[in-house]
Amino acid sequence: MQMSRRAFLAGVSTFALTAAASAREYRGGIPWHPGASLPPPAFDPDDVYFTAEERAFVTAAVDRLIPADDFPSASELGVVDFIDHQLAGAYGRGDIYYMQGPFRDGLATQGYQAQAPALLYRQAIADIRQGLADAGQPDFVELGPEEQDLVLTRLSEGRETLAHTDAKTFFDTLWQNTQEGYFGDPVYGGNRNMEAWRMINFPGARYDYRPWIDHGGEAVILEPVSVGGRMVP
Amino acid sequence: MTTILPRREVLIVGFGWTGAIVAEQMTREGLDVIALERGLWRDTSTDYAVNNAQDEVRYRYRDELFEDLSRETLTFRNEGGQEALPMRMLGSFLPGTNVGGSGVHWNGQTWRFLPTDFQVRSHNIERYGEDAIPEDMTVQDWGVTYDELEPHYDTFDKLCGIAGKAGNLGGEIQDGGNPFEGPRSSEYPNPPMEMVAAPLRFADAARELGYQPFPGPSANMSQAYTNPLGVSLAPCSYCGFCEKYACGNYSKATSATTILPALMQRENFTLRTGAMVLRVETRDGQATGVTYVTTEGEEFFQPADMVFLCTYITHNVNLLMQSGIGEIYDPQTGEGQVGRNYAYQAMSGANVFYDQDFAVNPFVGAGALGQVIDEFNGDNFDHTGLGFIGGGYIAQWQTNGRPIEHHPVPSDTPTFGLGWKQAVRENYNHTIGVGAHGAVHSYRGNHLDLDPTYRDAYGRPLMRLTFDFKQNDIAMSNYLTDRVAEIARAMGGRRVDVSPLKTPYDITPYQTTHNTGGHIMGDSPSNSVTNKYNQSWDISNLFLMGAGNFPHNPGYNPTATVAALAYHSLAEIKRSYLQNPGPLVQA
Ligand SMILES: Cc1cc2nc3c(=O)[nH]c(=O)nc-3n(C[C@H](O)[C@H](O)[C@H](O)COP(=O)(O)OP(=O)(O)OC[C@H]3O[C@@H](n4cnc5c(N)ncnc54)[C@H](O)[C@@H]3O)c2cc1C
Repeated sequence: MQMSRRAFLAGVSTFALTAAASAREYRGGIPWHPGASLPPPAFDPDDVYFTAEERAFVTAAVDRLIPADDFPSASELGVVDFIDHQLAGAYGRGDIYYMQGPFRDGLATQGYQAQAPALLYRQAIADIRQGLADAGQPDFVELGPEEQDLVLTRLSEGRETLAHTDAKTFFDTLWQNTQEGYFGDPVYGGNRNMEAWRMINFPGARYDYRPWIDHGGEAVILEPVSVGGRMVP
Repeated sequence: MTTILPRREVLIVGFGWTGAIVAEQMTREGLDVIALERGLWRDTSTDYAVNNAQDEVRYRYRDELFEDLSRETLTFRNEGGQEALPMRMLGSFLPGTNVGGSGVHWNGQTWRFLPTDFQVRSHNIERYGEDAIPEDMTVQDWGVTYDELEPHYDTFDKLCGIAGKAGNLGGEIQDGGNPFEGPRSSEYPNPPMEMVAAPLRFADAARELGYQPFPGPSANMSQAYTNPLGVSLAPCSYCGFCEKYACGNYSKATSATTILPALMQRENFTLRTGAMVLRVETRDGQATGVTYVTTEGEEFFQPADMVFLCTYITHNVNLLMQSGIGEIYDPQTGEGQVGRNYAYQAMSGANVFYDQDFAVNPFVGAGALGQVIDEFNGDNFDHTGLGFIGGGYIAQWQTNGRPIEHHPVPSDTPTFGLGWKQAVRENYNHTIGVGAHGAVHSYRGNHLDLDPTYRDAYGRPLMRLTFDFKQNDIAMSNYLTDRVAEIARAMGGRRVDVSPLKTPYDITPYQTTHNTGGHIMGDSPSNSVTNKYNQSWDISNLFLMGAGNFPHNPGYNPTATVAALAYHSLAEIKRSYLQNPGPLVQA
C-alpha cells in the first residue's frame, strides 16, 4: 500500500520517540535538526492518471479555457501535465477530503458533493463524450472551437445533466485546476518557464519587496523566481 | 484497549494560539503542564523556510496547513428543514491542524472590540428601545466589560508587537489613530507599517468624504521587535504570502514566533503531538481527563486536575457534544446551551479598476497592511430608522498578488477564454479592492448540533452546522456596502464593481476563519456554557478558550479578543482558582 504523504511527513519529522504512550513527545527545548526542511513534493512526469482519450479531452478543454494569444495557452504551459500528475496523487484520491457516503446532490451552497477528483474527471469525461455520441455529434476533441465553448458553457451553468456526476462540479474543478496549473509554481509541471507570471508581471516566490514599498504607482517589473529557483523543468 | 497515563496538573487540548497562551501562563505558576495536539510539530526554519513558503499550489490549494477533513469534518445546511451534507473540502473557513493552529496562517489583523460590543443587548435597547432587537435575534451581553479586558488586550499587543497608532490613550483622542476605539492603557508597541499606494488612495478618498482613516493594527512587524518573553521578531519584508501561509521570515506574530522559544525551555512543560482527543471524561461533575488516539491508532487516557479546551471553536463545541457535557441547544424549544449562537462574519466589497498608468503592484503586500475607517462599526453611528444594529470596519488591505487566488476582472468579463485572459492581463496590476468586514448577530436558527447520518473516521457522529445570514446581517451589510461603494468611487479609478454580501451563505468560497459561538459566555447557566472566566458552568475544572465564547460576532477579526479573554480567565485562575478550586462565579 502506498503510504500517504501525511503519514510519511509524520514519519520524517518524528523527533523524540519515548514510551508507547507518546510517540511524539517534546520537552526541554525546541526540537531542531540540521538540514531538516520540507521542500515541495517533486513533479514526476511519469506519475500520471489519464488515459490517452482523457488526456486529449482535457487538452482540448483547457485550451478553450485559456487559449493561446500573444501568450501561451494552458496546454502550452504544461497545464495538462500538471492536472494529470495532481490526479495521480493525494489530490486525485481525495486523501484529505471527507469521502464517506452517502453521496447526495446538495444545494449549491453545500459545496463539493462529488467523489474524489480523479473519479470525478473519469466519470464526467465519459458522460460528456457519451452524451455527444448519443446526440449523434462528433467527439469533443473533434468539435470546432465555438462548439467546444458551448459545451463548456453549458457545463459551467449547470445546464448539462451527466449520468454519473454533477456537471457544474466538474466544470468548476477543471477550471480551478487549470488556473492552478497556469499560475502555480512551475515545480508542479505547469506555468512552464514562469510564462504566466511574466504575462502579468508577478515576480513569483520572491520574499523581500521592501525596496518597492514606496513605488508611487509605477509598475514594479522583476524577473520571476520559482520555489525551485530560477532553473525550472 | 485504553492505556492509562500518569496524572498531570494541567492538561491543554489543542496547541494553537490559545493553547500556547495557557501553557505559558500555567507553567509560570510552576504547574506540571501537558499539551495534546492532533497535528505535527512545525517550526519556521525547518518547515516554513522562505525558499519553500511562497508556494500557492501547495499551501492555499492543497491545504498543507489546514485541517484534514478525512479525519473529521462537519455537515452543513442553511436552515432547519434541509438535509445537511458533509463539508467534503474546505472552503469558507480554513482552520489549522498542526502546532500553532490557525495562528500559523492568519493575516494578523489584530483588533480590539468596541466597549459597547460587550453590551450589545443592553446598549442597543437603551439607545434605540426594545424593538431594536428582533424577537429571533438571540444576542446578549457578554458578562465581561471592555475595561476588564483592557489589561489583557495590552498583554497580547505586547506579546505580538502589534504595529499601529493609538486613537484613544486613557480617554484622550489621538490624531492618526482610530478615534472610536476604547481607551488604551498604552500606545501600540510598534509604529504603523509603512504603506504602499493602494491603502493611501483609499485613505485619501475616505478623508475627502469626511472620515478619519487610520493604519490597520498589524501583527506583521513594522520593525525588529523583542517581546516581554525575550523572543525576537524580524521586520516584515512585504512578501505577500501571509494569510493561508506560514511566515518564513519570523515577521508575523504566531505562537511559534512569540511564545514557543521561551515555553519549550521550561522543564514543567510537555507537548505531545499526533494526539487526537476524542472525549473529555467526567465523573461527579468534574473532568477526570481526556481520551485520545494516536496517529497509529492507539488509545490513551490522560488524567488531569484541570482541563483546557483550546481546539478552535468548532472542535471545542464538538468535544462538548461528544463528551455529553451540557445539553445540546434546540432552536424549537430554546432549551440547551451547547451549540447556541453560532455566528460568522458578513463580508462584502468593491473593486476599483484603473487605467494602465497607475500600477498597484499587489504582490508588495502583507496580511495586515492597510488603512481602515471605523465610522460604521458597532454603534459608532446613529442607527435610528436604519432597521438594523451593529456594523463593521471598511478597509483597504493590500495582502497579496498571488495569481491563482488574485486576478480581479470586471464583472462583465467572460467566465473563460480569450476575453477572460485579456481581462486578467489588463487588470492584474491595476485593481484595488475595498472591503467591509461586518458583524453577524446571533439568531435562533443558527446553531451547531450532531448530524443523524454522517460519521467521522473515529466513528463519532459529525457535528452539524445550520447557518444563514439573517435580516439584520443583510440590511447591515448592504448599508456598509453602499458606504464602500461611495469611497471606491472617490478613489479615481475608471470603473467600480460592487460585490454585496452573497446570500444565502455558501460554504465554498473563502470568507473568513472567524467562526464564533456555540459555547458562549454569560452571567448565568441559563443563558451560557461558560461564565465570564470561560469556566464551564457544569464542570468547574474545565475551561474553554477561543471564539466559541463569543455570544455574537462583532465587526472585527476575533483573535485579540480570543487572547484577551484567555488572559482574563488565566488571571482569575491564578488569583483564585489555584488556591481554591471550584466555580469562579456562583451560579
Ligand atoms: C486564513 C486565516 C486568516 C486569519 N486571519 C486573522 C486575522 O487577520 N485576524 C484575526 O484576528 N484572526 C484571524 N484568523 C483567526 C485566528 O487564526 C484564530 O482566531 C486563532 O488561531 C484561534 O485560536 P485558537 O487557539 O482558538 O485555535 P487554533 O489556533 O486554530 O488552535 C487549535 C488547535 O487545536 C488543535 N486541535 C483541534 N482539535 C483537536 C483535538 N480533537 N485534539 C487535539 N488537538 C486538536 C488544532 O490542530 C490546532 O492546532 C485567521 C484564521 C485563518 C485560518
